Amino acid sequence: MSVPLTLLGLLEREPSHGYDLKRDYDAFFSRGKPLPYGQVYGTLGRLARDGKIIAGESEPGDGPERKRYVITEAGVTEFESWLDEPVAPEPNLQTVLFTKIVLALMLGRDAQRYLDAQRAAHLRRMRELTDLRRAGPLVDTLLADHGLFHLEADLRWIDQTTARLDALAEAVRR
Amino acid sequence: MTTALIEARDLKLAFGETPALRGASLSAGAGEVLAITGPSGSGKSTLLHCLAGILTPDSGEVRFDGRRVDLLNEERRSVLRRDTFGFVFQFGQLVPELTAEENVALPLLLGGTRRTAALAEARPWFARLGLDGLERRRSGELSGGQAQRVALARGLVTRPRVLFADEPTGALDSLAGEQVMELMVDAAREQGTTVILVTHEPRVAAYADGQTIVRDGRTSTLVPARTAP
Repeated sequence: MSVPLTLLGLLEREPSHGYDLKRDYDAFFSRGKPLPYGQVYGTLGRLARDGKIIAGESEPGDGPERKRYVITEAGVTEFESWLDEPVAPEPNLQTVLFTKIVLALMLGRDAQRYLDAQRAAHLRRMRELTDLRRAGPLVDTLLADHGLFHLEADLRWIDQTTARLDALAEAVRR
Repeated sequence: MTTALIEARDLKLAFGETPALRGASLSAGAGEVLAITGPSGSGKSTLLHCLAGILTPDSGEVRFDGRRVDLLNEERRSVLRRDTFGFVFQFGQLVPELTAEENVALPLLLGGTRRTAALAEARPWFARLGLDGLERRRSGELSGGQAQRVALARGLVTRPRVLFADEPTGALDSLAGEQVMELMVDAAREQGTTVILVTHEPRVAAYADGQTIVRDGRTSTLVPARTAP
């Protein structure tokens, strides 16, 4: 999963300190593996170097660094492109999709649109795999079946998430 | 873009106070397999019944080959269903008193074909659908998958322009369901039949050229139709 894009998403919500970004990242996306401070500031440094964010002046306060980071227009564009692009329909993509949906809800965006785009990408891939299993030898059929069953599981997750969007939005907004 | 053979435009239909369709539209070209998907109770079967002239919408238009189906009287719709459309339902709904070959021949018999000719038309379907030797069995002597293949033959024996299939694999295990879908799609393609397929199973919908989803009685295109191979 992309740490830089997730931090950009959190910064689109509001300008934040590195500490706040780490706290929110750990709360929603770390899955029990907290993001090290070194990685947070290293990533922010690279994003600033590439013009995706701007680091403000150091502010007085406790802790090692008190800079407020602000997303730039280029950063917003990069984040939006990532959000708009359905994830390649492969098994085990939930982590990326989960991150996109939570960020979309945090930012008050139309999460349903992303879920629908992902559903369409999955269904297209299922159609390709179905063509493959119909045309190919038994070995291809077995491989295609494996992909089809996993994609179907993803679709069930997409359906469940669709049904729970309102409650999820409440849970991730503050 | 394919010209529509059958289409629905902004259909609305309520059962008493309960709206079932709130503006449903779709279209399918000749020879296309179109899947209608959606959660239980979303209105997908109601939409299929409107397209097939079984139900009449409160408003909106259903067109088949340019003609308004929703404006036909019941007698004309009945003739259209018998002569031009075919049907397959979740539970084959074979007539238990008839043999398998009589079940397949039934739409021809109802359309006035003589018995000998109707049975002669029905028999080749048994080899085609892997049902050799089961011609004289009654529905109680067939497995679920066999009965559904007999129902499929009955749906296709008149060489309909449109086959309506409502959850055709819903009562079958995974392998039997796949067999029915493969046979249905192959047979429909061979004779240029358009298929309108209602299913809640993504793996069944993946056989279709395009997919439309129904949610709360409204439609949206999920996967645009590709050109039929």
